[in-house]
Amino acid sequence: MADSSWLTQFPQMERADLLAIRKSLDAAYREFSRSYGDLIESFFDPLLTFLIWFEKLLLNTPWWLVIMAVTVLVYVASRSWKLSLAVILSLLTIGYFGMWDNTMRTLSIITVCTLLAIALGIPIGILMARSDRAQAIVTPMLDIMQTMPAFVYLIPVVMLLGIGKIPGVIAVVIYAIPPVIRLTNLGIRLVDKEVLEAATAYGASPMQRLFGVQLPLASPTIMAGINQTIMMALAMVVIASMIGVKGLGQPVLKSITNQYFTLGLFNGLAIVALAIIFDRVSQAYAKRNQQHMQGIDNA
Amino acid sequence: MPKPEQQPLIQIDGLYKVFGERPETVMGAVKAGQSKDQILADTGHTVGLKDINLNINKGEIFVIMGLSGSGKSTLIRHFNRLIDPTEGQIIVEGTDVMKFSARELEQFRRHKMSMVFQRFGLMPHRTVVDNVSYGLAVQGVDKKERLDKAREWLETVGLAGYEDQYPSQLSGGQQQRVGLARALCTDAEILLMDEAFSALDPLIRSEMQDQLIELQQSLHKTIIFITHDLDEALRLGDRIAILKDGELVQQGEPVDILLNPADAYVEAFVKDVNRARALTVETVMKPPVCRITADTIGEALTQMKRLPGNYGYYVTDEGYQGVICQRTLESEAKLDGDSPISEATLQEVPAIASDALLESVIPETLETDFPLPVLDADGDLQGELSRASLAEVLGESHTKDNAA
Ligand SMILES: Nc1ncnc2c1ncn2[C@@H]1O[C@H](COP(=O)(O)OP(=O)(O)OP(=O)(O)O)[C@@H](O)[C@H]1O
Ligand SMILES: [Mg+2]
Repeated sequence: MADSSWLTQFPQMERADLLAIRKSLDAAYREFSRSYGDLIESFFDPLLTFLIWFEKLLLNTPWWLVIMAVTVLVYVASRSWKLSLAVILSLLTIGYFGMWDNTMRTLSIITVCTLLAIALGIPIGILMARSDRAQAIVTPMLDIMQTMPAFVYLIPVVMLLGIGKIPGVIAVVIYAIPPVIRLTNLGIRLVDKEVLEAATAYGASPMQRLFGVQLPLASPTIMAGINQTIMMALAMVVIASMIGVKGLGQPVLKSITNQYFTLGLFNGLAIVALAIIFDRVSQAYAKRNQQHMQGIDNA
Repeated sequence: MPKPEQQPLIQIDGLYKVFGERPETVMGAVKAGQSKDQILADTGHTVGLKDINLNINKGEIFVIMGLSGSGKSTLIRHFNRLIDPTEGQIIVEGTDVMKFSARELEQFRRHKMSMVFQRFGLMPHRTVVDNVSYGLAVQGVDKKERLDKAREWLETVGLAGYEDQYPSQLSGGQQQRVGLARALCTDAEILLMDEAFSALDPLIRSEMQDQLIELQQSLHKTIIFITHDLDEALRLGDRIAILKDGELVQQGEPVDILLNPADAYVEAFVKDVNRARALTVETVMKPPVCRITADTIGEALTQMKRLPGNYGYYVTDEGYQGVICQRTLESEAKLDGDSPISEATLQEVPAIASDALLESVIPETLETDFPLPVLDADGDLQGELSRASLAEVLGESHTKDNAA
């Protein structure tokens, strides 16, 4: 009865075959990265230059000037003294506990990643909202990006680009971009049909409809997506630090390997503080801009 | 009635609209005359409109009526192609709207038609004045000019002072007036109004109706107006079309609809209308048989004797002068048959205007023994209104009520 062994044991592929597949795929990819790695890397050069410049800017500016600038930004966005004061206090505390430089590094990479995610994500979201086919193609890709463990897509990125800032940014963007895409798509699709019809009836062109009606009306939803994206980018800093992104993630990584609980806690709290600042400021900004849009679900 | 020599402004030919996944597959069933409910149950497709043929003339107010779900909004959305028909033609000023390119369609919507929406369709992120000037903004009119114009129209609809509010800060009726101002602001020749007055209180509503009529008369706009309210339809409409389940059951002048309903559906529609308030004298008056045009008493008496009644309306080149009684003539003829007809011969009888509502002439009609003379705006005799014809028209609805 040797024939029916497939009933008790999964009829799996021969080990040798599996190994061959893995080997040939790996080899092919290695070959690809060897021949195109430099080209792709040079493609990202401008981004790298910008990243370095921005990080240096934050690091070389005197701390009090940075705090002042951040506070002004926060106040302009939120118009709230309470929030601005809280931001000053938390930044001072972070600096006092010796985490200033790392915080600036993280701040710079998060800012760049978020801007990149928004710049790529909103157009993709718009495309999805306009075409059901685009939506059908992009949605499963987003599902993969959100559920695939980050380590898995770190591998090819590192193979291709080595260790450093750029692979870190790519990994963070891949991880953080889905919410802004999804919510841009959703927000545009949920725009009141009659309002859009009104724009059409008055002869608005597709661009006038997009920028004059769809995006402004979808903006609360899009803002929620951006907010999520920022949070997810911050959550990625520890993983990104594994491939050489400097910042608050590295001390955390170090404390995991060396069991320094307090060091880990402090840096973790600094990440949380940044997250809360980003979150509250972006929410306050969104709320202020959308006050009059509440409660008009049309009579 | 569409006059044959005049080309209609908007012409709808054999228009069908079926909503659903694959409308063309059910067109057979629709044309075979299956009912809307049957088709929905069998195929999941909704018949929105079925074989609509309409002509709308330049400068008229064309009212579309029908119960909820009868396809009024669907029909009006075809005029500016917010909805594309499943089959049929839409021709505006001799041009087939279906043949427009995307750009031509935009231009057409910008300059030819503007629309008031049933649920207002205001943009919540724009202030009232920005909403009103939206049409002009789309056209690229410069900011100062369009805001000035928008303010003017806001004032016309009674919303001066609300310019910088957001729609969510206004009441439903105020929002509706913003929608109205927005439609008027582009100066389009054709106005599509989907239940444009439904959210207004009676007072403002009647004010807006007056304004609309005035506007139509002064600017010669063509207005397509949807309403549920027959009184409103009768007041505004030059012609009325009645839809039922996507089909056109009757179209015609208000009087036609009121006095000769095509079927039980239309009859039910018009049953509750206050005829005294809906009909004008013109529609029920009889032609004036007893017209006296003589110069002297004697000639007048001769004319009078040929007439069926014992009274006559004395008419000269200057128009209607008064009523003459046979008895007065006879007694005066005995004195001097050749004397001219003078004031003294004539009897004071209130004359009524042909465009007055029946309601307003009921007291006079009841108080006077003769049928009242009906005059047009120039003072010329147009007809006569008797107690009997008044009673007949006003009584009709009652008898039907009782029968029902
Ligand atoms: N986008 C759509 N998809 C499917 N069916 C639709 C759509 N729009 C309208 N219909 C159907 O078409 C029919 C007519 O709808 P329409 O909105 O024209 O009615 P209406 O006469 O304007 O009613 P109301 O007086 O309530 O506004 C309804 O049966 C409705 O279900
Ligand atoms: Mg409707």
